[in-house]
Amino acid sequence: MTGEVSAGEASAGDAAAKKVVIVGAGPAGIAAADALRAAGHAGEILIFGEERHTPYDRPPLSKQILAGTWLPEKAQLRTSEELAAADVTLHLSARVASVDVDAHQVTLESGEQVAYDALILASGVTARQLPFGHHLDGVHVMRTLDDALALQTNLETAQHLAVIGAGFLGAEVAAVARSLGKEVTMIDPLELPMQNVVGDEVGSMIADLHRHHGVNLELGHGVTSIEDNLGRATGVTLDDGRTVSADAILVAVGARPAVDWLQSSSVPLTVPKEPGAGGVRCDSSGRATDDVWAIGDVAAWWDPTQKRYVRVEHRQTANEHARSCARDILGLTPTPTMTVPYFWSDQYDIKLRSFGFPSRHAGFHVVEGALGDRKFVAVYTDESDRIVGIIGAGMFKAMNWWRQQVLDRQVLGEALLEKQGS
Amino acid sequence: MKIELDQDVCVGSGNCVVAAPDVFDQRDDDGIAFLIEENPSAERESAVKEAEAMCPALAIRVHKK
Repeated sequence: MTGEVSAGEASAGDAAAKKVVIVGAGPAGIAAADALRAAGHAGEILIFGEERHTPYDRPPLSKQILAGTWLPEKAQLRTSEELAAADVTLHLSARVASVDVDAHQVTLESGEQVAYDALILASGVTARQLPFGHHLDGVHVMRTLDDALALQTNLETAQHLAVIGAGFLGAEVAAVARSLGKEVTMIDPLELPMQNVVGDEVGSMIADLHRHHGVNLELGHGVTSIEDNLGRATGVTLDDGRTVSADAILVAVGARPAVDWLQSSSVPLTVPKEPGAGGVRCDSSGRATDDVWAIGDVAAWWDPTQKRYVRVEHRQTANEHARSCARDILGLTPTPTMTVPYFWSDQYDIKLRSFGFPSRHAGFHVVEGALGDRKFVAVYTDESDRIVGIIGAGMFKAMNWWRQQVLDRQVLGEALLEKQGS
Repeated sequence: MKIELDQDVCVGSGNCVVAAPDVFDQRDDDGIAFLIEENPSAERESAVKEAEAMCPALAIRVHKK
């Protein structure tokens, strides 16, 4: 089998003694440390995380953590003991302020300098903000565990939540807030929730789902201001002049790569409007520049198939980047990646799953089940009818078959023929 | 080798089923993974390790006996 590793494979070479510094203690950073050890790396590994919490997973924040069905410990990625057992040194509440690529060192906000042989940038993304309102009490974003806990505390007393932005995060939080018995209004300038990614058909289904559960949808509307009384938010004014009253507000308008600390360095960045949207520009192995790699949400890797830089804010991509980059650092042959981008979204009793690159602008075909039953597999195709992505719910075995068609970039007509014959 | 699978944190990616189809399967309605084989033989080790590493929810832990 190609790509198979035996522990200690890398221990013979100089690579095994390298000191690796990882900036970012999220899933990507932790996965990189795991992957380095799994591939036999024996040298020092240091992780710097700017948050105070031991590393945790983010997808549960807008789901189980906000709902209160999980305590924060359940989302923990690794305990301090587990990291210590793997001989990984974790520094929390330690923000890295800059990097000097020529000198091979990073400088912490505290002024301390740390040298590296290999540097992994895994600083993730930060929540985008509106140009107004964020200084007010009751206005939230959702990116960190502290963000989730702050909104949860606010919802203990608040009656009406306004969600600005009907993407995945906004839609998940709206669903949780309804389950907590709150009045919820979800606002978005697009006509349908998650429209850019899932398209019109699935977007309509999601809109119906939220209406069915009592969410007030204000779609096709921008927000012009946030109203307040003595510094506490009281409502959101829409672009048609109406005001939606709210005593808690979530701003869920996307995220941007956390690269401000890299601006002074020679680490290459993609410009925000380019493919790769403002992330660290890397080759197809995640190399950004000499002895510097970038992984996870912050990284825009060159995709040889699509011939462009691609930055994917998916939990699974962080794992794949980490594994590939660890092997590259150690001078081992890369593990062939067998998967495609994957994301999931839980809203009410629906578990939406997606593989590949579905898009509003792709062709759309329901190939199994029916949208109306909320049990379906839908296929997204490019201009030559090749399958580029799938979204489905409630039919997981069928989805696994179609996921392979995404991997193979199969033509839809041929896939359907094969399916009939099988 | 003993496998521990936390169904409570499983997100139904199916990566484990793809990596080690004779050890893992998943429920059709919600995608939650389950074990076909709790104590797989040693020759399954690399496939099972792959499943562990690829799980986006870190729901799989492989324990050496």
